[in-house]
Amino acid sequence: MTTTPARASAPPDAESRTTGRRRRSPRTWVRGGGLTTLAFALPMILIFTIFSWWPIVRSVVMSVQETNLIDPPTFVGLDNFIAVLNDPLLGTAVVNTLYFAALALVLGFPIPILMAVLMSEVRRGKGIYSALAYLPVVVPPVVAVLLWKVFYDASPNGVFNTVLGWFGIAPQPWLQSPDMAMPSLVIEATWAAAGGSIIIYLAALLAVPAELYDAAEVDGASIWRKAWHVTLPQLRGVIFVMLILQILATAQIFLEPFLFTGGGPNNATVTVLLLIYRYAFQNSLGGNYGMATALSVMLAVFLALLSWAYFRLTNRWSTS
Amino acid sequence: MKSLNRRTMVAGVTLAAGALLLTACTSDAEGGDDPTTGSSDSGSTGTLELRVATFPPGADAAAYEAFAAQEAQFEAENPDIDVIGVEYEWTGPTFAVQLAGGSLPDVFTVPFTDSKTLLENGQLMDVTAEVEELGYADSFNPIILDGVQDDDGNIYGFPRQAYAMGLHYNRTLFEEAGLDPDNPPATWEEVREAADAIAEATGKAGYAQMAINNTGGWQLTAQTVARGGRTQTEDGDGTYTSTINNPGTKATLEFLHDVRWEDDAFGFKVDLDWGTINQEFAAGNVGMFTSGSDVYTALVRDFGMDPAQYGLTVMPLEGDDPGTLGGGDIAVVSPTVDDATKAAAVKWIDWYYMQKLLNEDAAVSDAQVLADSGQAVGTPVLPVLSRELYEESLVWIADYVNVPVDQMAPFTDRIWDQTPVGEPKGKTQEIYALLDPIVQAVLTDENADIDALLTQADVDAQALLDQ
Repeated sequence: MTTTPARASAPPDAESRTTGRRRRSPRTWVRGGGLTTLAFALPMILIFTIFSWWPIVRSVVMSVQETNLIDPPTFVGLDNFIAVLNDPLLGTAVVNTLYFAALALVLGFPIPILMAVLMSEVRRGKGIYSALAYLPVVVPPVVAVLLWKVFYDASPNGVFNTVLGWFGIAPQPWLQSPDMAMPSLVIEATWAAAGGSIIIYLAALLAVPAELYDAAEVDGASIWRKAWHVTLPQLRGVIFVMLILQILATAQIFLEPFLFTGGGPNNATVTVLLLIYRYAFQNSLGGNYGMATALSVMLAVFLALLSWAYFRLTNRWSTS
Repeated sequence: MKSLNRRTMVAGVTLAAGALLLTACTSDAEGGDDPTTGSSDSGSTGTLELRVATFPPGADAAAYEAFAAQEAQFEAENPDIDVIGVEYEWTGPTFAVQLAGGSLPDVFTVPFTDSKTLLENGQLMDVTAEVEELGYADSFNPIILDGVQDDDGNIYGFPRQAYAMGLHYNRTLFEEAGLDPDNPPATWEEVREAADAIAEATGKAGYAQMAINNTGGWQLTAQTVARGGRTQTEDGDGTYTSTINNPGTKATLEFLHDVRWEDDAFGFKVDLDWGTINQEFAAGNVGMFTSGSDVYTALVRDFGMDPAQYGLTVMPLEGDDPGTLGGGDIAVVSPTVDDATKAAAVKWIDWYYMQKLLNEDAAVSDAQVLADSGQAVGTPVLPVLSRELYEESLVWIADYVNVPVDQMAPFTDRIWDQTPVGEPKGKTQEIYALLDPIVQAVLTDENADIDALLTQADVDAQALLDQ
């Protein structure tokens, strides 16, 4: 749900360009300004090494160790992985995460596309609509969750329950019932993230050549046929990237269950990332870093494989 | 060629600048221990720097002024120690990060509920010899000392304050419901009736209970003990047997079920923890709840409760061998310090935390500082040392007591009749976490099968204890 729009513009033909490159000697590389490139890239490489790649390596190492952060860590082989797989809560967490991802797809994926298509049709005040749509993204995520927690107050005086009361609907236990908690989280997450996706789709819509619509109009296509046969096919490259970004983001959902429900009620909103957090901090105060990193590694490998398979499956269709 | 040279020069200069920056970072990190301001002679004259925990972020200036005065006094008595106050608040994640990053204060405090886990993890410094040398080993209340001892009797911290569990109630809501606030409920049945009356008359939650972030398990355990049950037994050989499926725990869950579903007196919030239940209670939205007896300080200072509304009584006890669950916090030494720092740390703990429990001048001085800065003085606690010493200390500080003592009389008059019981020692937090969903299940599902939940919890808890 909290997608990162910057990656949407990755060039699809990077591979084809590298294969055609001829080999260069180190001397030619230096003469060609390679040293300058390296010098400018060095700070970024260092920052990534220290703050991203090194922690990743440390996590992998820690996943086969047991440590209390004082004594030297001991090698325990695959014990941490086995302990994670034997945890009865893991199944619940995986199912909950899949449930969140599915709900987020059903609710959160089509809405931004629909909104973007509708907004692109607006003739006047497009800027205002864009700003309004993007506004939730500007609200800090923690503030947004705490705000929605007030909206979700289960008493008849809660904001949403008051609104429901106007229509004669009984107060709902938004976050207080195992059945309703997850959908409530998804609604907030969709609200919070939709703005970013709408802006990306709007930008992609601008790139659709107007001639295609003109041609469709000449052929007598209705607005829905234009959307189906012109807009969506033109957007599908962006849609595929946004879809995988959303899947990756929902698989790592943490903020909403952590702040809204703490994983409750009755473990109904425990997600994989929340379980990792619990291993590392909540239950044992650092006794289970091994299990936390083991589950992190498992999740990372799963998501990497999923992304690879996804791009393999969709590559041909999205670029055709 | 000219442009190449210029480019190479630019690259060289950038690289050199980068290297310089890195060197600067490294030397800054290495030199971090060497203060450039304040007591700059530290180190050169052999003064030992001792980093001690002070207050949580956001503490007012008066608290820091009071601390500075005490710090100066200690340094005058111990010229070889330079005390450096460090902003500090106990939380599990920050502890782990500070420990891993080497920025943990040399002296800090940990609640009992977490100290047992740290002890199991080998993350506390052994201070047995120091406690014995100071003569405290036999003076501590055994129930409290038990929380900081391992199976071999080694001691890993100085218990500095303790509490018994109590039933907190809102006197205003009692009056609005036609109940007598000076005669609070003495049995769980009376608690249920009072909750029902409050909910009926005011529309507020008559009774509420914590249920998330391990506090659900904590309170379920406390009320189990109050009904004569125990959630685990020590086998004496360092192993434990889970006894979660016991009549006390079952009665507690049935009580919660009835208040929530039959009487509709629980209110709408079943996702409260220590902070949020205090918030709700202080705001006048909750008639009664159970928590540590010392929570008054936080209710008034941090959550803005009107002291006139506050009432405190003992936990109702029933069943065989009931008791009141105790808790508190301990002052500990960082597990990573050297011997010299450890000796200085113990000196500070003795001077700053322990002497006010033993020494009239220290007790009066401490109470005066707290009262002057508007902090609560006289909140009911459990004696860390002996009951006699505690009662004597109340006489010493009588002039500074600023809490509504009369409204706490139902607790202070009867607490000595109750047996304090220590928290379960095996996998304390993990089992509390395991019990949270059971409390939540009963509060969110009218048809929750309590027997099945307890049977499963017993199996899961035993698996944890056997690890």
